[in-house]
Amino acid sequence: MRTYFHHIYQSVYTIMIGLSITFKQMFHKAVTIQYPEQRLQLPERERNRLFVNMEDCIGCDQCAKACPVSCIDIETVKVIPGDIVGKTGVTSQGKKKALHVTDFTIDFAKCCYCQLCVFPCPTECIYMTDVFEFSTFERNNLVYQFSDLTPAQSDEKKKMWADYSAEQEKKKAAAAQEAAAKKAAEEKTKAENKPADKPEAKNTPGNKETENPKES
Amino acid sequence: MENIFTKWLGDNILTYILIPIPVLIWVSLFALYAVLAERKVSAWMQNRIGPNRTGKFGLLQTIIDAIKLVQKEIVAPYRTDKFWYNLAPYIVFTAVFMGYAILPFSSVFISADLNIGLFYFFSITSISVVGVLMAGWASNNKYSLFGGMRTVAQIVSYEIPTALSALVVVMLTGTLSMQKYALIQEGGIFNWFIFGGPGDITKIILIPIMLVSMVILFISTLAESNRTPFDLTEADSELVAGVHIEYSGMRFAMFFFAEYAEMFAVSGVITTLFLGGWQSPFGELIPFLNSPVMQVFWFLAKSLTLVFVQIWFRWTLPRVRIDQLMTMCWKFLIPITLVNVFLVGIYMLIFK
Repeated sequence: MRTYFHHIYQSVYTIMIGLSITFKQMFHKAVTIQYPEQRLQLPERERNRLFVNMEDCIGCDQCAKACPVSCIDIETVKVIPGDIVGKTGVTSQGKKKALHVTDFTIDFAKCCYCQLCVFPCPTECIYMTDVFEFSTFERNNLVYQFSDLTPAQSDEKKKMWADYSAEQEKKKAAAAQEAAAKKAAEEKTKAENKPADKPEAKNTPGNKETENPKES
Repeated sequence: MENIFTKWLGDNILTYILIPIPVLIWVSLFALYAVLAERKVSAWMQNRIGPNRTGKFGLLQTIIDAIKLVQKEIVAPYRTDKFWYNLAPYIVFTAVFMGYAILPFSSVFISADLNIGLFYFFSITSISVVGVLMAGWASNNKYSLFGGMRTVAQIVSYEIPTALSALVVVMLTGTLSMQKYALIQEGGIFNWFIFGGPGDITKIILIPIMLVSMVILFISTLAESNRTPFDLTEADSELVAGVHIEYSGMRFAMFFFAEYAEMFAVSGVITTLFLGGWQSPFGELIPFLNSPVMQVFWFLAKSLTLVFVQIWFRWTLPRVRIDQLMTMCWKFLIPITLVNVFLVGIYMLIFK
């Protein structure tokens, strides 16, 4: 009989406690953060979408090499004399830029936000921003192009380099030919003086080490 | 006092067709905004904000939900018993809505002032059991059937404490007419039956009995309207949603509608029995506050307070187990109500 009344007392008492707690909670301020309008302060070292400051990029390809998932794609073209990269041709730290970056894409569908690309950058031009809302309906829209050259401009730069290198090659070849002719003439004069074995079997003139930027 | 509608429009059949219309409008409005209140109160109790995107404070939320439900396709599972399956939600709602006939909104407005009003209420709302079981059985789904059978067990058991705790008031007043209960409790807050009703100083003895009776009536009507902590019939974690599983669109909404309508109906009955019905708490001190229009206000205010308490209970207490539910009914509520009836009988023998 005692336990019977004790049960009644217990249940009424505990229900009262619960009700008082919920009633008190009604007047507390809501903890909801209404996301699109209200935002939490992001931590100082948050890692979100990358950004590349093309003013400073020298096209050294170190970020692409550091990337563990190969989401960075860089294509560069050498600068011909007389042309400058961007507006000034130097980075903000005064370093000379020797490469046109014709293509700098980061595929954020692949990116794992590890920040490994940020540390090797010599000019600190690639860094993490606080943008994290960039979902799209098309997966291709996640491939971001950072190069400041339009496709037409980069084609032009490529053509300029191709023309220039072809010209240089021609010049070199001509110079080499000239040199060879000179040499041959010298040899001839020497041979006329003292006949000897022929040094004609030398490798073809001209340095073949010109980079072909189209292959990168 | 006579009904204002019969006074205006005469005592003919058209009047009696018109009378339920304001009640139906009220029930619809109440059901819409009770759902919103439920969501808002739960949000506040959980330190959230709740719906606030649709209209100011989310006031259009449930209206939009209703429009969405109307648009929805009605999907009936294979091999349901089509006729009963389609009929069940409407039976549940109709049974609950018929209970509104005896709710005295004001001294001049009650749909039907039956001389067996209270008895009619308890019996007519029990018909919803039939609808629920029908829905459970016709759905061709074992969870629905379990839910329906649990509902029947629960409601049939809880009919007894409901009737017995209301019997205390019936004994003191000697009537079953809802309008008479409200009339008897005139003269301010201390003449309400929660404080022993009108009478001399000896009514102090009755106060604890009445308080306990009211709490028990509240608990058992909570169980009858299948609200948490007695929502075993819906028990999301065990039965998915009980009888609601196979219902979609407007039929599902009808079950919801019925649940919220029943919430208000039982609150109205508790108000009429124990909280003075439409009587102003100040009695005749301020006659304006007891005018027929203000009476509607008092009745709604008291009933909505009880509805709030129901919502408050829902977001505080966890669901009881089926054996706990039955233990509570048969071992605690029924004996206590029987003792109450006995004590009130002795009181009436001695003092009346």
